[in-house]
Amino acid sequence: MNESENKKWIFIGMFAFVGIAFLAKLSVLQIFDPTYKQIANANAIRKLTQYPARGYILDRNGEVLVYNEVSYDLMVVPAELGAPLDTMALCGLADIDIADFRKNLQNIQDQVKARKLGKSTPSPVVKQMSKLEVATLEERMYEFPAFFLQPRILRRYPKPIAANILGYISEVDDKKLKEDPYYRPGDYIGNTGIEKSYEEVLRGKKGVKNIFVDNKGNPHGSYMNGQYDTASVAGQNLTSTLDILIQEYGEKLMAHKKGAIVAIEPESGEILAMVTAPSYDPNLLVGRGIRKNYGKLVMDHNLPLFNRAIMDGYPPGSTFKLLNAAIGLQLGVLTPATRYPCGGGFRVGGHVVGCHSHPGPPDLLFSIQTSCNSYYCAAFRDIVNHGRNTEEGYITWRKYITAFGLGTNFPDSDIPNVKSGLVPQTTFYDKWYGRGKWKPTTIISLGIGQGELKVNALQLANMTAALANGGWWITPHLGKKVDNESIRLFKRNETGINPEYIGIVKEGMQRVMTGGTGRGAQIPGVTSGGKTGTAQNPHGEDHSVFVCFAPADKPKIAVAVLVENAGFGATWAGPIASLMIEKYLFREVKRPDLEKRIMEGVLIKPDPASPTIKPSQL
Amino acid sequence: MARRDTHIDWLMIVLYLFIVFFGWMNVYAASQMESNGEFFSLSTSYGRQLLWIGISLAAAFGIMFFNSYFFSAFAYPIYGLALLFLGGVLIVGQAVAGSKSWFVITESLKFQPSEFGKFATALVMAKFMGEKSFSFGGPGSTLFHFFDLPVKLSREGFFALALFFVPAALILLENDTGSTIAFAALFLVFYREGFTGLVLVYALLAVVLLISTVLVDKFIIIAVVLGIAALLALLLRRSRGLMALAILSGVVFSGYVYGTDYLINNVLQKHQRDRILVLVGKVKDPKGVEYNVNQSKIAIGSGGLVGKGYLEGTQTRYRFVPKQYTDFIFSAVGEEWGFLGASLLILAYIGLLSRIVLNAERQKSRFSRIYGYGVASILFAHITINIGMCIGLVPTIGIPLPMFSYGGSSLFSFTILIFTFIKLDSKRSAILS
Repeated sequence: MNESENKKWIFIGMFAFVGIAFLAKLSVLQIFDPTYKQIANANAIRKLTQYPARGYILDRNGEVLVYNEVSYDLMVVPAELGAPLDTMALCGLADIDIADFRKNLQNIQDQVKARKLGKSTPSPVVKQMSKLEVATLEERMYEFPAFFLQPRILRRYPKPIAANILGYISEVDDKKLKEDPYYRPGDYIGNTGIEKSYEEVLRGKKGVKNIFVDNKGNPHGSYMNGQYDTASVAGQNLTSTLDILIQEYGEKLMAHKKGAIVAIEPESGEILAMVTAPSYDPNLLVGRGIRKNYGKLVMDHNLPLFNRAIMDGYPPGSTFKLLNAAIGLQLGVLTPATRYPCGGGFRVGGHVVGCHSHPGPPDLLFSIQTSCNSYYCAAFRDIVNHGRNTEEGYITWRKYITAFGLGTNFPDSDIPNVKSGLVPQTTFYDKWYGRGKWKPTTIISLGIGQGELKVNALQLANMTAALANGGWWITPHLGKKVDNESIRLFKRNETGINPEYIGIVKEGMQRVMTGGTGRGAQIPGVTSGGKTGTAQNPHGEDHSVFVCFAPADKPKIAVAVLVENAGFGATWAGPIASLMIEKYLFREVKRPDLEKRIMEGVLIKPDPASPTIKPSQL
Repeated sequence: MARRDTHIDWLMIVLYLFIVFFGWMNVYAASQMESNGEFFSLSTSYGRQLLWIGISLAAAFGIMFFNSYFFSAFAYPIYGLALLFLGGVLIVGQAVAGSKSWFVITESLKFQPSEFGKFATALVMAKFMGEKSFSFGGPGSTLFHFFDLPVKLSREGFFALALFFVPAALILLENDTGSTIAFAALFLVFYREGFTGLVLVYALLAVVLLISTVLVDKFIIIAVVLGIAALLALLLRRSRGLMALAILSGVVFSGYVYGTDYLINNVLQKHQRDRILVLVGKVKDPKGVEYNVNQSKIAIGSGGLVGKGYLEGTQTRYRFVPKQYTDFIFSAVGEEWGFLGASLLILAYIGLLSRIVLNAERQKSRFSRIYGYGVASILFAHITINIGMCIGLVPTIGIPLPMFSYGGSSLFSFTILIFTFIKLDSKRSAILS
């Protein structure tokens, strides 16, 4: 063997060296380093979220208030955007705004370029198009291979009512995404109203499907025969306490007016109707129109997006006298026989709280019937003075007032964003006048429901329900049943007033309807109790207030009506309450003239640019 | 074919067939998504590859019936034709992926003259150096003395080198790194035939130093290079020539290291530079430059010890590795057949290479021996670069895995290359030249 022949071992040595180097590297890649297996799975297995259908919202009799319709998002896979795109044709087929489309598509491509978005990740270019809108496009989708239509759920409302009460759904925001791991970007969430408070019931449970995808993101069947998949669970239907009949009726009555109606079933605390006016068609805040319409509604000077039934509110006016009467009786300050003189007003120093002309001096029942201001100024003074000092007397009085739900936001209720209004604490007056430097006469306007007080229609309706019940109330609420399961979350609250005394106040309220300020609001065929009110408004015409319950012996409904800038309570608020009760109890109204006058009454200047509801649309 | 003096080495054929059919199975796995229901459709990659296997086997069979003197007799005409093709492709060839190295006849029928060039050059080198009188440094071949060392290169040695460098220069002009390196591997044959191994050592050193300058500060490297050179000079002090050579080498390599910035930034093209930077981990860009290699490593790494099973590889099936059925086919093996399957393939290749070298050495004919070394050298370069690239040991260089990657002209060329040797080897007892 010569030297040259020995070189074969050098060659074979080289081959062996390379072979061993390969095996060593392979053993690292394949046996010792587990990360490649994970990356491979991340490459080829995609978790697809299965969106459940959102639950319907029904009225108390099972009529549908909110249902679902399939909508479509136009999705794009940026990696497949190759050939020049006929934007005009694509947009033309589904009536898509070309400028919007170009902007959104550019935005997606920029994100891909910045590597914030995967090239193969589908992203929505146009969101929430209705079935009708995509009908033509759908047939010709094959012409646009980088695009596809992704079905999604769209909320629909058979009747254009209760918009602010039902609320709407919209894409979840960043804050919520951080708080709650359930949500992923692009998910929809109940934003206001019932949609918000019953979000967890209505949304159901998302499912996950593991599928194989190729390098372009195309699906290729399920992973491990779906062994690791979870099914989505459809959302549950929510039966609300609303009665679609009087909800719709109330909205008609309140057309062209500003204000609110709340109707409660006293024995259950169930809200039968919650009307805020002006309102809008909830179908406007759905789908593609949401941005445009929301903008218009926000700009409307009549604030249609604002739920007036649960806002901070106004002074309750004379309706407040009912509570002062009840508290006076409970504390022994008043008896049914107590009389206070009324010479056309109540004098405090040089100041006079005026009163209208009525025969006097009135006793308790007559004071309610005629709504005597002097009587309640005097009664309030005596109630506060009943304590060892002004402060203690005031605190006792306030305790009873808040026990009726005034000054609270019903924290255990299912109505989101209820405002507390204002029943001032002693500290409020201490700050104003200095501690110990205020007396009942300083704050005498509280006796007749004016001054610093602020209440809303919900609180007034609840107060009326508490009176109708004889001194207790169930927290007012909007949810009745989840699927077939009744919701029993709402507690019974006691006012602490003896039912006997409440009975006397109710007697007074009946007299209001038969021979007092509420005569015009009498309901044919049923006895009722009510009270007028006028909330002083330093900015213009006073607000009209009326509270009422019926039937008087076994109340089925308690209503509070608040109409802004409508003057004396008996002119607008009274008849509206009366009609609402008639409609609820008898399911029809036999006073067409009154109905017509109310519905056609225009008390606001509508915003011509705003898509608020005209009565003809209801 | 006279049976009496024919001794076919069936082991080489078995290894060849194993590689070809295992290769086809993996091409099928990597391209099965093209399937349109018809199994043997020529519209699919695996369908066309099967056709090419048939053609190649027919050619292999045909070669066995050739007169074994044919190759020796026609070495020069074949070489001339190859030069014609290599020159022609520079003029009329079409650029594929930046390299002007293909004659495109139809979309699916392309011909790369460098494949033919390797075969032709291996033949002509065997023919020329196969002359009994051939030697690189015979008597009277001394060119000059470097101190006490005679530097020898015979006339025929010079011609032998020229036979190699002319086609090498033409391939270099094609701007195809892969082809150039694969062709350059033929230089190993000169080493076997008596050319100094220093050239190979220096070439290896140049590559190692180039990569290490990317990793380590170059002044440290220069210090190490000069240190080693000084040490060698000290050890070799008995010969002034060797001493001077060590010192000169040290100085030249120091200059080379110092100039690598220029080399990397000005001589290498951007994609070549990026691939080196990715290999040594200086660039992290899994979605860009690194993408192909990364996906290949993911596929291989996810295969584990025994693999995911044939046609069960998710990365292969769903095409996450770009160019998988051509240059990155080894990743399909790694994923579906695991460490065991990949090792088996590597062993088959190493076995085939070693068998060729061992068989070459038993040839009575110098022509057959030299040709055998040529075949082994070319295969070795392809296998090292391709598998090394797939597992991240070598920068990305587009070069097929012999007999395994999808590609008809490549399979056909390697078949001719190998079966010519098998034929020559089968006549080893008959040929006396």
